[in-house]
Amino acid sequence: MQEWSQLLTSANLQWVLLGTLFLGMASGVVGSFVLLRKESLVGDAMAHAALPGICLGFLLYGRELFALMAGAALTGLLAIYAIRAITAHSKLKQDAAIGIVLSVFFGFGIVLLTYITNGSAGNKAGLDEFIFGQAASLVFQDVQILLGTAIVLLMIALLFFKELKLLTFDPLFAGGIGLPVSFLHGLLSSMVVLIVITGIQAVGVVLMAALLITPAIAARYWTEKLGIMAMLAGIIGGVSGVFGAMTSAVVPGLPTGPVIVVCATIVFVCSFLFAPARGLVFHWLKNKKRDQAIWQEQVLRSIYELLETRYKEHSTSLVFTKKELSYFTHLPPKRVMKAFHDLQKQAFIGNMNDGYFYLTDAGFQKAYQSTLQYRVENVYLMYESQLGTPPFGTEDRDESETALDTMNTELRHLLKKENLEPISFQVYKTTFKPYQNDI
Amino acid sequence: MSYDMWIILTGALVGAACGIIGTFLVLRKMAMIADAISHTVLLGIVGAFLVSQTLEGPFMLIGAVITGLLTTFFIQVLDSSGVQTDAAIGVVFTALFSVGVILVSLFARNVHLDVDHVLMGDITFIPFHTIEWNGMTLGPKAFWLIAVVLVIDIVFITVMYKELKITSFDPAMAFALGLPVTALHYLFMSMVSITTVASFDSVGAILVVAMLIVPPSTAYLLTDRLLFMILYSAAIGAASAVIGYYIAQWLNVSIAGSMASTTGILFLLAFLFAPQHGIIAKRLARRLSVTES
Amino acid sequence: MKTAVNVEKITVAYKKTPVLQDVTFSIPEGQLVGIIGPNGAGKSTLLKSILQLVPKTAGDVSIKGKTVQQQRKLIGYVPQRGDVDWDFPTNALDVVLMGRYGHIGWFKRPKKKDKEHALSCLDKVGMKAYADRQISQLSGGQQQRVFLARALAQDASIYFMDEPFAGVDAATERAIIALLNELKKQGKTVLVVHHDLQTAEEYFDWLLLLNKHLIASGPVSKTFTTDLLQKTYGGKLAFLSSS
Repeated sequence: MQEWSQLLTSANLQWVLLGTLFLGMASGVVGSFVLLRKESLVGDAMAHAALPGICLGFLLYGRELFALMAGAALTGLLAIYAIRAITAHSKLKQDAAIGIVLSVFFGFGIVLLTYITNGSAGNKAGLDEFIFGQAASLVFQDVQILLGTAIVLLMIALLFFKELKLLTFDPLFAGGIGLPVSFLHGLLSSMVVLIVITGIQAVGVVLMAALLITPAIAARYWTEKLGIMAMLAGIIGGVSGVFGAMTSAVVPGLPTGPVIVVCATIVFVCSFLFAPARGLVFHWLKNKKRDQAIWQEQVLRSIYELLETRYKEHSTSLVFTKKELSYFTHLPPKRVMKAFHDLQKQAFIGNMNDGYFYLTDAGFQKAYQSTLQYRVENVYLMYESQLGTPPFGTEDRDESETALDTMNTELRHLLKKENLEPISFQVYKTTFKPYQNDI
Repeated sequence: MSYDMWIILTGALVGAACGIIGTFLVLRKMAMIADAISHTVLLGIVGAFLVSQTLEGPFMLIGAVITGLLTTFFIQVLDSSGVQTDAAIGVVFTALFSVGVILVSLFARNVHLDVDHVLMGDITFIPFHTIEWNGMTLGPKAFWLIAVVLVIDIVFITVMYKELKITSFDPAMAFALGLPVTALHYLFMSMVSITTVASFDSVGAILVVAMLIVPPSTAYLLTDRLLFMILYSAAIGAASAVIGYYIAQWLNVSIAGSMASTTGILFLLAFLFAPQHGIIAKRLARRLSVTES
Repeated sequence: MKTAVNVEKITVAYKKTPVLQDVTFSIPEGQLVGIIGPNGAGKSTLLKSILQLVPKTAGDVSIKGKTVQQQRKLIGYVPQRGDVDWDFPTNALDVVLMGRYGHIGWFKRPKKKDKEHALSCLDKVGMKAYADRQISQLSGGQQQRVFLARALAQDASIYFMDEPFAGVDAATERAIIALLNELKKQGKTVLVVHHDLQTAEEYFDWLLLLNKHLIASGPVSKTFTTDLLQKTYGGKLAFLSSS
């Protein structure tokens, strides 16, 4: 415990925590735009491409942080330009273009790095750090720059939020209403470059991409709104940054960058699995529920159609077997049985004990509704222009039942005309032999 | 054979093996998946080391195949549940690479497995780790590893040529024909993984990416035939390695970095001067058609 | 007449509501079948779900009395032209040869007779002169014809074609029609997703009218009626109701 408090009061760690917090926040926010513009890996390429720039800066001006960053920005922007040029002027696709630029720039960076090392050994120390990052050894001056950059970026994002949002979702429209699209493009690219060249000092070239992508994609699972997404991404990035820096300070030998990335990834995995509405588990459950509902409705409709046929043939038997049913539904037997079982559990289907089954009152109502709904939809699709607004919700089917009650006379007329009007509960009750008392 | 010769030969084999496999990566629009695998292979190597306590070829290959397939699988899972492909790649490879780095720093500190080596390779030292058989020195381990993998690659591509071609060009039709498209995809990604790890030991992750992507892209601009694209790509990869080596010697810089830069220079040349798809040829053609009309 | 394709209550749902519901029909052998319906009616989805390219929530498909999996060899599929990358480094003849892969078998090379067969298929769509042409240098219509030649080379007995007429020139349209008739003469069954109502009656023997639900399936004489077509398009076909 004492160790902890000692650590937390250590001035240097405080700087590191502050630095990684703001770095995480800024990259989360910028990353949200990058992600939605489908340029996630461009950030990766840019981070790799910064290496030769850093080395060039060093060769020209020595270990001046400003020179290194200017060099990194220069080659980072050059990388973006190269990727665009390759995709625009050859048949190569974006992924190959990114791969080419990323690996060649980085390879050239390594060449320069070794050139520097061989030329003036000893000075090399410090450039190597850019490859893997040295968040744990950030000093006051680094943090000042980090903080400054992060705050500037956050301010720009806030100030130009509306414009950047439009640029992200619909650049053509943005141009149409007179926004300076190329300026905004440039602004966004500069923001990415700025965060990348600042971030690589902390987490390194390889993992910078994660800082841009992972918090943003994790945030995407919780909201449909860009503003909230950017905020959430900022928080996830910031928390991961702080947590990573603390963990690596406590556990000796644990590198900061990778721990930050692992933290952000854990948040991502949780979001991916468990977020409501978009999460995998929820999605899976929803699909399963939907499929089961579809199977149940199909079974009910099949029973209904069976009874309807009997009615037309003046037969009054209301019982049916499972075998008859699978023949009618064309679902795999396993699914029919599952649906059958579920319907029995909900007391829509009753059992006569000797392999014969029947629809309960509630079951008949439900089968009737389901059939009606299906046929109304059918008729609606045929006479859409006459009927105007749909009698059922297009996405949400639950609303349809109330709509059917107030079904207009025209629709009912059309149902009759198409010979699709289902037999009603009353007719069913009087035609088919009474059943409940017999059992 | 001389020290230099072994390095050049190994580099050339890396270039050829990556060039062959990379052709299909580029055509399947999976270039960045190669980038991902070349990073996550680190995790496979560490994992293999933690399990077996050695850095011997076979264990590394197995570890690489497992992580390579895992990477592919995770990306596939994210992709099919609605994450953009590029973001999926970014999330997966950075996460697995981070886990790899953490494992190295926690459990494998004292081993010859530092991360610098993984990124940049150690081709200079290849000739020192040799295989001996019956008292004879047969040459560097790294050389034999990549040679074996190259042979496997060639056999694989030759045997599966037509299946790879149709699943790359038109996977839906291949599926309708009854080909096991998914199984082939994973088999192919296994080949990518073993090629990556075999190359990796000598040249590091970044050069592997360069060799997997850049020579095939260069070849793509030079020919319209698949078979030629594979051959050109292998040749360009090997040539980049040789030229890169001499440049590195001349400037006294990183060999792997120099080889990667050379692939870039050759690409740039093709991008500008390729007879049909180069920028200049296209401009000329446009000008000609303008003056004609 | 024997049944070529039998579909029972296919239901496909991507999101909450199905995009195809309870689609049931059966098609006798030797018919040219047009699948007609408005945009978003699920025409391509129907084709893909029959071929198992998209998962279906419910329903049964049989091809000549057996499952699709058992009958892969009998099935020829022509995807939409936009589904593939035409920058792929290969030439027209090579693409057509891909149609032979099902017959050649694993690991084996196409033989001379396969090549001759592929060439004759190219000839049938009027593309023999372009056999060596790189596919990206072909026009849209020519690319479509190469796809059809590939289907021809497959020697399937039931063909599924996804919008072969979309965006092609008049010459290609004529070539496709000639090809469809040739296939019919050989007793094959062809299902075509089709957009153009004007030509549907002329081109096909049998129509599937589809709009999420199956509106009708039957010979053109019985299905190409103002009433049914209006129902398929939700009563929005102005030109038909006025005539």
